[in-house]
Amino acid sequence: MAAAPRIIVIGGGLAGLSSVIKIAEAGGTVDLFSIVPVKRSHSVCAQGGINAAKDLKGEGDTVLKHFDDTIYGGDFLANQTPVKNMTAQGPAIIDLLDRMGVPFNRTPEGLLDFRRFGGTLYQRTAFAGATTGQQLLYALDEQVRRHESEGKVTKYEGWEFLSAVLDSNGICRGICAMDLRSMEVRTFAADAVILCTGGIGAIFGKSTNSVVCTGSAQSALYQQGAYYANGEFIQVHPTAIPGEDKLRLMSESARGEGGRVWVPRDKNDKRVAKTIPEAERFYFLEEWYPKYGNLVPRDIATRAIHRVVYELGMGIDGQPMVYLDLTHIDRATLNRKLEGILEIYEKFVGDDPREVPMKIFPGMHYTMGGLWVDFEQQTNIPGVFAAGEADYSIHGANRLGANSLLSCIYGGFVAGPKAMQYAKALPAQSGDGGHAAEIARQKQINQGLLTSSGTENPFRIWRELGETMTRHATIIRYNAGLAEADAKIVELLDRARNINLSDKSQWANTSFAFARQLFNMLHLARVVVQGAAVRDESRGAHYKPDFPDRNDEKFLKTTKVSFVDGAPKIEFEEVDTSFIEPRPRTYAATA
Amino acid sequence: MGTATLEVPVTQKTATSARRIKVEIRRQASPDAKATTETFEIPYRPNMNITSLLGEIALNPVDVSGRETTPVTYDSNCLEEICGSCAMLIDGKAMMACSALVDRLLGDKPDKTITLAPLSKFPVVRDLAVDRSVLFENLKAVKAWVPIDGSYDLGAGPRQQPQIQEQRYPLSNCISCTICMEVCPQFNDATGFVGAATIAQAKLFNMDPAGSVLKEERLRALAGDGGIQECGFAQNCVQACPKQLPLTEAISDMGRDVFVQQVKDFFTR
Ligand SMILES: Cc1cc2nc3c(=O)[nH]c(=O)nc-3n(C[C@H](O)[C@H](O)[C@H](O)COP(=O)(O)OP(=O)(O)OC[C@H]3O[C@@H](n4cnc5c(N)ncnc54)[C@H](O)[C@@H]3O)c2cc1C
Ligand code: SF4
Ligand code: FES
Repeated sequence: MAAAPRIIVIGGGLAGLSSVIKIAEAGGTVDLFSIVPVKRSHSVCAQGGINAAKDLKGEGDTVLKHFDDTIYGGDFLANQTPVKNMTAQGPAIIDLLDRMGVPFNRTPEGLLDFRRFGGTLYQRTAFAGATTGQQLLYALDEQVRRHESEGKVTKYEGWEFLSAVLDSNGICRGICAMDLRSMEVRTFAADAVILCTGGIGAIFGKSTNSVVCTGSAQSALYQQGAYYANGEFIQVHPTAIPGEDKLRLMSESARGEGGRVWVPRDKNDKRVAKTIPEAERFYFLEEWYPKYGNLVPRDIATRAIHRVVYELGMGIDGQPMVYLDLTHIDRATLNRKLEGILEIYEKFVGDDPREVPMKIFPGMHYTMGGLWVDFEQQTNIPGVFAAGEADYSIHGANRLGANSLLSCIYGGFVAGPKAMQYAKALPAQSGDGGHAAEIARQKQINQGLLTSSGTENPFRIWRELGETMTRHATIIRYNAGLAEADAKIVELLDRARNINLSDKSQWANTSFAFARQLFNMLHLARVVVQGAAVRDESRGAHYKPDFPDRNDEKFLKTTKVSFVDGAPKIEFEEVDTSFIEPRPRTYAATA
Repeated sequence: MGTATLEVPVTQKTATSARRIKVEIRRQASPDAKATTETFEIPYRPNMNITSLLGEIALNPVDVSGRETTPVTYDSNCLEEICGSCAMLIDGKAMMACSALVDRLLGDKPDKTITLAPLSKFPVVRDLAVDRSVLFENLKAVKAWVPIDGSYDLGAGPRQQPQIQEQRYPLSNCISCTICMEVCPQFNDATGFVGAATIAQAKLFNMDPAGSVLKEERLRALAGDGGIQECGFAQNCVQACPKQLPLTEAISDMGRDVFVQQVKDFFTR
């Protein structure tokens, strides 16, 4: 290849931007695609912080302990090699972010400050107020803007990735994308493509995710032949603020800074929270898990809250809610360390959490599963890489808090250089590389939607999908419920073919774009549900009361799903356990 | 209950009354189409915000007279006032739609009609969505970044007193919503004023120990026409900013620095 490699990066969250930086630095040219202006990507929502074992608190933390916590927290399902690499690079990544100007909180001596997060006994989480994700994303966005002004990066903001362009050998030669204003569909050539399109929250209707986190891009690629792995592992965050349009997260940092979860011991206690004496409060996490207390990993806290509400019937006022209490901490400390998240609660609920305990309930938050990638972040489609929440590689059966931001940056930092390396060795394409065929296929899909004269409203189908998924495929799963959910999705797919778009215009038509995404969401939802159905065990976030134990013999395996004859086909792959021998995961008194 | 379900509750029990929210929305099919107004009535639920109201319309795009129409186009992403997407005019005031709560907007007048319109100082794309890319261009012009040597491992950054972080952090909270520009009387085609957000970001990077190597370039970019001198100190920006950036302070600090730089340049260039 004579010319500089031309790489397409899809998605401008932390993962996408970090891969862009590496490619631009190495002399490549990048076309960066994103539905929203990259500065508005979902990564800005991250509040709590980012992990790295810098051991600045004299606790004797090491990268190997971070490695072990991550593997153990993920219930041994993650391949160990990439996790080991990520945790080893953690300290250098934090230093780099610091050099980029991220306003991390500081100790009096001017060093980086760290707080404790779930699933560890160490203060390992660096943070910038309560808006860490926003601050990290901005730092990377600024660096990319600098490369952009030097002509190394071209942004296509407001463009949606529709599919990969594959040549007759199945090698990726570019992408097909749609301008969300003019609705123009065209293909773009590239030597390699990196997909960094984030989470899939919208499949569950309401979640803590942003609006564009539909998983549509991952699903499109899966339907083109990419493996999707461990889709059944969905993290339900224990503390979300129930809302009309979204479940707003109450960050784990609230507990990291001393927040306590409780309900009245007497379920008929109608007193105002603050007037209930200590002895009459049930701090169930502290009682059940004395060692980790309120900072047990998310899956465990979530199930505990679920149990308190639905099995013990102890939700506040009989409703599905428990208290998350910060009122014992002084205002100044709360403002200094948690202001951003406390404001969210104040703004959207109207109560001041410094005065009144918050009312929270679990909400769908994160997908551990994602596109299957090898240890170099490459999918099984040659030339397509993936990184960030969109890939499955790091978190196993459950993600530890503040590990995602790290995995996004790590993944981007691996994918960028690997894509460059791949592109340099890529033989020239024969013919048009599949561009004409792909554009024709996409235009046909669009035509079909625009002329469909059925009766269904895409937003209504989406709502039903969300309700089904939340009911059957989140905290607790039964095979009967999962079968019901799968049948329902098939029905919804059928109904989706009978759509009637009230808006058929060809300018900034959001319902049209949404209808396209809906099909992809439905197909991906089946991957989640069927993966869960097949996995007859309980591991990390995946919990089946009928199979309450982890079953390593049968299921210490990565679920790999491919799209065959229009439906998911499941197979399993061995997990790399070359460093740490799997052991039982228990966060009770003697972990 | 002990069932498999995760029921998603709402903070307050849903009201059963047939109360309806009236909302009037300015529509515009494309940048050069004529603007029209449509009125909708939406079933009331407690704790609704403007984005959930727009979502209800998408579910059933029928106006108050029963006429079928199209879902409203608007920008949104995070729904928690951190991505900066959803700025619009709500009852004539520039606000973020996701954090604008219906109950609060109606106050003690439940029959009031809420009005929604696009920001007025930016080209309309469609309906409530406008093109605000000018802000990102302005950020390029003032080099709002730290020019690091490279992303390879160069060890820890310099120590920084917590006081510096405490000054920089509030400026770094800017979500690029452009509300400060919308409400500024000086932000218009005649002045070409860059607006408060860009000035605040220039200050942020001038304060960074490593970012300050570009300080002079940033100050020069803010000198002259369209620069900081256009500010008329109306102070609308600081009142409207949803993230409470200390904008007037940033403008006056930067104004002083720009002036000093201009004097220096006058004698040395
Ligand atoms: C409320 C909340 C708080 C969190 N807090 C923390 C925390 O404290 N610590 C932590 O480690 N993790 C946290 N997480 C998780 C973490 O924020 C995410 O996993 C992470 O930001 C994902 O980054 P990403 O780069 O993979 O994707 P995103 O930031 O989601 O970016 C996806 C990008 O892809 C683009 N895109 C998507 N689809 C397409 C398409 N079809 N075509 C073109 N572009 C497309 C989008 O426009 C966007 O630019 C939190 C998550 C939530 C929801
Ligand atoms: S300074 Fe405030 S009003 Fe202006 S763009 Fe930033 S957040 Fe918005
Ligand atoms: S949707 Fe992100 S600020 Fe309103």
